[in-house]
Amino acid sequence: MPAALQVDGLVKRYGAQTALHGVDLHVDAGELVGLLGPNGAGKSTLTKIACGLVHPTGGSASVAGHPAGSTEARTAQGYLAELFRFPGWATADEVMVLHQRLAGSAKGAAERDDLLGLVGLDDARGRRVEKMSKGMQQRLGIAQALVGEPRLLLLDEPTSALDPAGRRTVRDLLVEVQRRGVAVLLNTHLLSEVELVCDRVVIIDHGSVVTAGRPDDLVRPRGVEVETAVGTRIVAGAGRADAPRIVADLVAAGEQVYGVRVLSSTLEDVYLDAVGESETARTGGAA
Amino acid sequence: MRALLAGARIVAAHALRESLRRRVFVVVLGLTLAFGALYAWGVNELFSDLDEFGGSPFLDAETLAGATILGLAMFGTLFLGVVLAVFLTLNAVRGDAERGLLQPMVVRPLGRGAYLLGRWAAAATVSATYVVVVFLGGVLLTKLVGGYAPDRIVVPALELAGAVAIISAVALLGSIALGTTANGIGVLMIFGAGLLVGLLGSIGDALGSETLTDVANVASWALPFEGLYRDALFQLVADASSRGGITGALVQLGPLGGSHDNPALFPVFCVAYAAVVGAVALLAFRRRDL
Repeated sequence: MPAALQVDGLVKRYGAQTALHGVDLHVDAGELVGLLGPNGAGKSTLTKIACGLVHPTGGSASVAGHPAGSTEARTAQGYLAELFRFPGWATADEVMVLHQRLAGSAKGAAERDDLLGLVGLDDARGRRVEKMSKGMQQRLGIAQALVGEPRLLLLDEPTSALDPAGRRTVRDLLVEVQRRGVAVLLNTHLLSEVELVCDRVVIIDHGSVVTAGRPDDLVRPRGVEVETAVGTRIVAGAGRADAPRIVADLVAAGEQVYGVRVLSSTLEDVYLDAVGESETARTGGAA
Repeated sequence: MRALLAGARIVAAHALRESLRRRVFVVVLGLTLAFGALYAWGVNELFSDLDEFGGSPFLDAETLAGATILGLAMFGTLFLGVVLAVFLTLNAVRGDAERGLLQPMVVRPLGRGAYLLGRWAAAATVSATYVVVVFLGGVLLTKLVGGYAPDRIVVPALELAGAVAIISAVALLGSIALGTTANGIGVLMIFGAGLLVGLLGSIGDALGSETLTDVANVASWALPFEGLYRDALFQLVADASSRGGITGALVQLGPLGGSHDNPALFPVFCVAYAAVVGAVALLAFRRRDL
């Protein structure tokens, strides 16, 4: 089975400015991949090329084995733009009907019931978009992106305008979407989102991939923190496997141990190492 | 092709539903009824004054008055139809893309060609139907109130419909490169310029200036909605013009742009013109990054 998204040597230039410098990336079927990077790193450009809104200058992108932007690729994908809007006069149900027609989905009311229920809008199907909160519109956006049972869901900053409760709702949604076998490329600034739900992380900066891997593989052990009667001390360089020995040594030396904590770097540390703290400060990047 | 047409039908239906729900048609209907009432009043006043005028052996005053006021009504109808066509298309691409309305639609399998075709079909259908209905209403009012009937009815109605369909295509093309305001201003200025050149052509005819006449003829081909309008004016008074005399000369001058008959193949040229504009629009839209 071809990858849900395959990107090889992708280059995009806007005049003299190069937004992407030969990016390679793939999202396997059913995989949830987080795309991280500071503002202007090229994340949105990459997402837009994948869904056919932007033409690449070089390299290639394919969705479910079909060239990005082709009819077959567009049939296999769902997309939610960072700055999207649905007609304010339309109800949630009308938006869904329109996208069912556009996607060629013949599943009718059953699909609409399922997707609106999935995003928690089953009671708001008759409500007009202009009467919805931002969070509700965002959830409606995810529901419309899932119309037609796409193999790949491309989400561009789906939680940027949401409050913590709204972000949690979207996180839960992503888990459910993944459970249904849909691959997701999640373009976001929110590291906590990625850490909690993503199988893999790709960090992009200045149009190039600077780090990629599973969140657990990317973080590094920073030591073991031990709380004793004389205070807290950190055994630098030690890892989880060293903790029992460290405790045993301390007890054998007559110290009383009240707590032990294995320290590791966070995804934020990984991110900052990859893109540089100064860059993040300059651009007002990751949260 | 079937997929293209099916996609275009979905987009057109969505555009029409949007106009309906935003009460565009209610506003248009209200303003048109007001326009019709004022027109009927004007026709009544005009023909009442004609009765007092008493007539002249050298001038068919009734034909001159009827052709002139109906020609004015036709100009008003075309203007309203153009405004409708422009407002239905001026933000179709760049404007809707900037507002985030376009992207969710064009990432769907229907494609950009179907989107453009659907937007054009919706605008052209609405504005063409509008100008035909309002023109026929004007003809009816002129006959009922003033007793004047033009020499031709169907051809001018179709030419008005063609003119707004072409304007829709031009506005759609403009919407790819220009923002909403710039496109609206640009298309309405092109429309105004076309009418102005037509008027200059009439003056050129009256003064015997070949240069002005040539400029008007070139404009008719470059901006064929102008050629259609001038021919529609001509069709209103086709028989009266051919009879010659003072009346024939005066009705040929026409209001706000002179009447001028087109070559037989002009309608074919108009279709080709709209097709070329559509093809250029599609090419530009396909190349455009959103």
